[in-house]
Amino acid sequence: MLIAQDLACLRGDRLLFKQIGFTLNAGGLMYVLGENGSGKSSLLRIVCGLLTPELGSITWQGQPIKQASEDYHSKLTYIGHLNGLKDDLTAMENLQISARLAGEQVDDKAALAALTAIGIARCANLPVGVLSQGQKRRVALARLWLSHAPLWVLDEPFAALDAASVLTLATCISAHMARGGMTIITTHQDVVIDAQTTQTLRLSA
Amino acid sequence: MSQAWLTILKRDLLLAFRRRSDVATTVFFFLMVASLFPLGIGPEATVLSNIAPGVLWVAALLAGMISLTRMFAADFTDGSLEQLLLAPQPLAVLVSAKILAHWLVCGLPVVLLAPLIGLQYALPNEALWVLVWSLLLGTPALSLIGAIGAALTLGVRGSGLLVALLVLPLYIPVLIFGAGAVAASQHGMSAQAHLSLLAACSLLSLVLAPLATAAALRISVE
Repeated sequence: MLIAQDLACLRGDRLLFKQIGFTLNAGGLMYVLGENGSGKSSLLRIVCGLLTPELGSITWQGQPIKQASEDYHSKLTYIGHLNGLKDDLTAMENLQISARLAGEQVDDKAALAALTAIGIARCANLPVGVLSQGQKRRVALARLWLSHAPLWVLDEPFAALDAASVLTLATCISAHMARGGMTIITTHQDVVIDAQTTQTLRLSA
Repeated sequence: MSQAWLTILKRDLLLAFRRRSDVATTVFFFLMVASLFPLGIGPEATVLSNIAPGVLWVAALLAGMISLTRMFAADFTDGSLEQLLLAPQPLAVLVSAKILAHWLVCGLPVVLLAPLIGLQYALPNEALWVLVWSLLLGTPALSLIGAIGAALTLGVRGSGLLVALLVLPLYIPVLIFGAGAVAASQHGMSAQAHLSLLAACSLLSLVLAPLATAAALRISVE
C-alpha cells in the first residue's frame, strides 16, 4: 500500500502543488491529470524518490520510502519521459541491461518475447540510435513485459505511440492490474485500462 | 547485487568499445602532451630525465581529466542515470562499477603506454618500472576523486572547466607521491614509501569517493 500525505513541490521559487495526498491499494490505478507544467512529472518523480518533496511524506507498506529505498526500488518500475536507452547499443541489449539492473532475471528468449509483444522484434538487433522516436519509446516500454514489480509509475507512456501500440500497452497494464499490481500514470489520451479501483488526481497550475 | 554491478561494468565497457574514438582521444592526448616536452626542450638526456617524473604524471593527470565530464553526462541526458538511481542496489556500489570502467578505459592504457613514453625521457630501467607501478597505484585514485567532481557538475554549463577547478587541487597529493616515487628511484633511493602512500590515497578514495559520488548524483538528478 502506497500512501502519500500532504505533498508540496517547489521548483525554483514556483509552487507547483501543495496538499496533495492519495492512497493506492493493490489493484489500484491512479490517473494524474493536469495541464502542461502543473507538476505531473514532478509528482511521479517524488513518488519514485528521485525528487524530495518540499513538504509531506510517502510511505510504502508503512515505511517512509527514503528509509526503505532499496526494498522500495525493487518493488517499483518507473518509465519517465526520458527513455533511458543507449543509442550505441541494440534494442535487445538495452532491454536486457535495464531489466537486469532492476534485478530481473532475463534471457534472450524472454527479452525477445517482450520486444515481440510490443511489436518491435524486427528491430531487436539494430542500434537504438537509428530507430524512430516511437520505436525508441516502445523499446523502453518493453521493460514492462519483463517487470515483476508491483508498482508501476508511468510518465506519459502513450506519447509517440501509434494506435495499435497504445492498445497493446493498455492491455499489458490491465493485465498488471488484474494480477493485483498498482499503477500511477499520466496521460493526455483517452485510453481504457481495466482496474479494480480507479482514481483520478487532478493537479491545477 | 553482483549481477547489477557486472551489468553496469559490462555495459560501460561495451559502450566504450562501440565509441572507440572517445578512448583514443584520451590516449592520444597523453601521448601528444608527453611527446611535446622532449621536442620543445631538446634532446639533452640529463635535463629530460630530471623533468620526466613530473611531466609524465601531469600528462597522465590531464589525460584522465579530459574524459571525466563524460563519465555521467550521457547517462544524465538519456535518462539511464534515473534508472541507476532507482535500481534496488546501493547506488555507491553501482557507481563503483562505473568508476572501474572509467579507469579500465582511460587509466589503464596510460599505465601501459607510460614505459614507452619514459624511453623518450631517457629514464633508466629501474625508474621505468617504478613509473609503471606508481601510475598503476595512483591512477585509480584519479578516477575515484574525479568521479565526485563529474557528479557534482552534472547538467552545469561549462562543466569541463569547473571539474578541473574542483578536482585538480584534490589530485595534488597523488601527483606529489607519484612523481616523488619515480624521482626517488632515479636518485638511487627506495620508492617504497611513496608507493605505499599512493596506494593509501587510492584505498582511501576507494572507500570515500563512491559514497560522495552517489550523494552528488542524487543532488544533480533533483
